[in-house]
Amino acid sequence: MTPADRFARLPELIADDTDLQRRGRWLNVECRIEIGAEPFHLVLHDGALAAFDRGPRLMRSTAFTIRGTDEAWTQHWRKIPDPGWHDLFALTKRGVASFDGDLRPLLQNLQFFKDLLALPRRQPEAG
Amino acid sequence: MAPVLDPMVGRYVRLDIDGVPHRIYFEEAGSGIPLVCLHTAGADNRQFRHLLADPEVTKRYRVMAFDMPWHGKSTPPDGWEKTEYRLTTASYTAAIRAFCKAMELDRPVVMGCSIGGRIVLNLAIAHAAEFRALVALEAADFQQPWYDTAWLHRPDVHGGEVCAALISGLVAPQAPPVNRHETLWMYMQGGPGIFKGDLYFYRVDGDLREKVKTIDTKVCPLYLLTGEYDFSCTAADTLRTASQIPGVQVQVMKELGHFPMSENPAKFREYILPVLEKIAKT
Repeated sequence: MTPADRFARLPELIADDTDLQRRGRWLNVECRIEIGAEPFHLVLHDGALAAFDRGPRLMRSTAFTIRGTDEAWTQHWRKIPDPGWHDLFALTKRGVASFDGDLRPLLQNLQFFKDLLALPRRQPEAG
Repeated sequence: MAPVLDPMVGRYVRLDIDGVPHRIYFEEAGSGIPLVCLHTAGADNRQFRHLLADPEVTKRYRVMAFDMPWHGKSTPPDGWEKTEYRLTTASYTAAIRAFCKAMELDRPVVMGCSIGGRIVLNLAIAHAAEFRALVALEAADFQQPWYDTAWLHRPDVHGGEVCAALISGLVAPQAPPVNRHETLWMYMQGGPGIFKGDLYFYRVDGDLREKVKTIDTKVCPLYLLTGEYDFSCTAADTLRTASQIPGVQVQVMKELGHFPMSENPAKFREYILPVLEKIAKT
């Protein structure tokens, strides 16, 4: 299973996490997450995932983008990641992930997004 | 039933720092060799509560942990509302020396974490003879910044929550959830702009590259301990610093991050008890 395939299961992972939804209850934003070469478009409404599209969408407008290499996400989603791969900012510091766009909604809800992007860790590790 | 009391006692001490009166809160427990503990940026002395409650430590150390000026329960100086808080190497060093003097401590051991670790290096550079030993946790002469501190204090982002969320990744994944979240809770409670003001020292004013080469560990023993999951002060940063200081004792701590004493007290104990044992024997 590719890292993008793992991330494609995000809707069920969020649906199972009522605490994450509770913490995101003030959040309404559209953002883009890139898993290696594959973009995903997320619409978050009151902390729930209102829409989730895999693949490029022409002229889709989003507030911000978080992108990481396939290796970054694979390492980040290990059950216990190695040092230097265990946090979003550890990834950006080592140059395998980056942010751009309007970072305000990201920083206003930073723990929510860190936890959301770590959700695939809950799945069995890819073989 | 008798009340269940933690062993530490909290008090306030009045002292002047650079001619400015302060009311500083500290907690202490134990008796013997004075051990002064310095918390991380934007936090307070509660980070050391497990050490203060450890009989293996307090049986021979008088452990004291104070809230830096502007932090925790220390009262900010009069007129604080007209000032932007900014920690410097000079002001931080002055605060530590003022506390030790006010408490009439005779050659205490000082142990600090993160900015507390960085300033311990400065104590080793500039005031080594005043201390029995120095312990720097998560410390290096310089670290590469990994975020823009402008996000820490602005009206459209909750300061406490963004501070906690940023530093949450510095906690090792092996930290027990209760300890992880208690560590984050302290970060959610700092005053506005205080974490940012502390980082002025860390990023702008406190660059100790070159200066660490002058440390003489024969005057005062120096110990460096860094958690392997700390990507702010990495193990490589600490080892690079140690390589410039003859006689320094350095250790990378497994399964620990940037807040060893509060994120995983049981694991930290495995590393710090032998150091304190060694210091007590010298």
